Amino acid sequence: MLTATNITFRIGQKELISDISVSFAPGKLHLIIGPNGAGKSTLIKVLARLLRPQNGTVEYEGADVGEAREADLAKHRAVLSQAIEVAFPLTVREVVMMGRYPHFGGRPGPLDENIVDEVMTHFDVTEFSARDYQTLSGGERQRVNFARVLAQLWRDDANQEANGPRARCRYLFLDEPLTFLDIRHQLDFMKKVRAFANAPDVAIVGVVHDLNLAARFADQIVLLNRGRFIAAGTPVEVLTAGLIRDAFGVEPSFVPTQHAGLHLIFE
Amino acid sequence: MLIALTVLTLLVLAASIRFGAIDFSVAQISRALVSLFPGQPEPTLDQRIFLELRFPRAIMCLLVGASLGVGGTLMQALFRNPIVEPGLVGTSSGAAFGSALFFVLGGVFHIGTSLFALPVAACIGGVLSTYLVFLLARSREDGRASIVMLLLTGLAVNALFMSAIGFLQYIARDPQARSITFWSLGTLSGSSWKTVEIVSISTIAGTLIALRYAKQLNALMIGEEEATYLGVNVNRLKWIILSINVVIVAVATAFTGVISFVGLIVPHLLRMIGGADNRYLIAGSALMGATLLTLADLLARLVVRPAELPIGIVTSAVGVPVFIFLLRRRQYVF
Repeated sequence: MLTATNITFRIGQKELISDISVSFAPGKLHLIIGPNGAGKSTLIKVLARLLRPQNGTVEYEGADVGEAREADLAKHRAVLSQAIEVAFPLTVREVVMMGRYPHFGGRPGPLDENIVDEVMTHFDVTEFSARDYQTLSGGERQRVNFARVLAQLWRDDANQEANGPRARCRYLFLDEPLTFLDIRHQLDFMKKVRAFANAPDVAIVGVVHDLNLAARFADQIVLLNRGRFIAAGTPVEVLTAGLIRDAFGVEPSFVPTQHAGLHLIFE
Repeated sequence: MLIALTVLTLLVLAASIRFGAIDFSVAQISRALVSLFPGQPEPTLDQRIFLELRFPRAIMCLLVGASLGVGGTLMQALFRNPIVEPGLVGTSSGAAFGSALFFVLGGVFHIGTSLFALPVAACIGGVLSTYLVFLLARSREDGRASIVMLLLTGLAVNALFMSAIGFLQYIARDPQARSITFWSLGTLSGSSWKTVEIVSISTIAGTLIALRYAKQLNALMIGEEEATYLGVNVNRLKWIILSINVVIVAVATAFTGVISFVGLIVPHLLRMIGGADNRYLIAGSALMGATLLTLADLLARLVVRPAELPIGIVTSAVGVPVFIFLLRRRQYVF
């Protein structure tokens, strides 16, 4: 369980998020929505402990994350950002291997190599293995980075002992991962995220812009506006005409669909 | 790849100890080396020239080249930019200023110019100038140093320290003035086993420590935020890498003066032949830096023999065209 309590984060005088309290259960996909400037990315970065809030605490399973060591945190917390550039020519395989960096000392072991093979197959990037990351398209890059963060959080079932009797919860944060992806890759990406979120010890918290994708894939939606918490709940609870109108300033209408609870169109 | 580089380094080293103002044959070299063993006859004059001048100079070349190569790799990895090098952010000129000041003051106040105090003075100069560059290049809004600010500030601070060296040169009398001239152009002619000893400590220790951080520097390639998410304490890493760089470059500069462009070209060449993994780059740049500087020194000794050119002139003459080529290719973002 990931719990944020009374989080306030400022830069100078400007309060980017104000007094937000919200919690995220494992085994579920949580998506944060809100208009531009709502504080979505800031909240993600505070939850992932990149930013340290002036007020409030973030706890992973009851332990204050402010006190964790960077190297320790990286073993069970990963973040996927948008549009990652690599400064120098590096092979795709080495970029994916970076996900294992928190887990080995000098050189990767056979377990790390196996995990990298596995995630690369899973994301269909094995064919790029020896290619220079810089030559990939935006969609290909995002798949490679998704493979990288999954490699970081991968847990080998056969090796459960090594992870301790009560293996810790794993946290994956997605900071607008769909930007620059076309519609097919967006759907494909969300399906894979959805599948990973079904693991009982994984909590995924992401930021998306497309309300329909949020409606279709999220277990919990958190709505923010101007740095404040507005609502949290299932898609049906949060995506109401009133809340959407207030937050986004558009008038939604709802269309019934087969596979998702609701579908929105905007006037 | 690293094995091939090692072989290359040894070959160049062999050439470097053979050729110069006087050429030594393999037989002469082996006789000179044998004379070191107890019970052998005293070395002749030729053998002593080899043992006390040529050989330590060749080793010094390897060490200084390795320091500059590793320094360049570390700076480029830290700034995620292929056109930075220790000389560009002020480290070298500051270190040269520190040594020149020490030298002149030593002459004026008759302080013994101890060999150990000199690298300390150079380090202080190197740290001050590097710190000055970073302080001045930092943006007022977010405290970050953009690459273009860093390069321009580095240029200005370099000019400042070079003019300060010029001033010292102006007020100094021979022989200090002449030494300073050679310093600002770079020379290896002052090498002795004593200086080799000091530089070998900083070079070897610096390279070994840097290798331990190769993985973290790799993570930095995908961005500071992403490196943090991969468990790297980025601020700590920056301090460690900058410190290693300042120490190895300043100590080398203390004894040889400013040698530019080696640190720029070495990592670039290595990336072209073997990729950008820092585990390979750091080890490789020590070898490649040693090789290139030894070649440059050989050239400096042979072109106008029996006299010699300051080595900084040779490295700049080769380095400037390469630098301009890199700038014009624009494979990077400012």
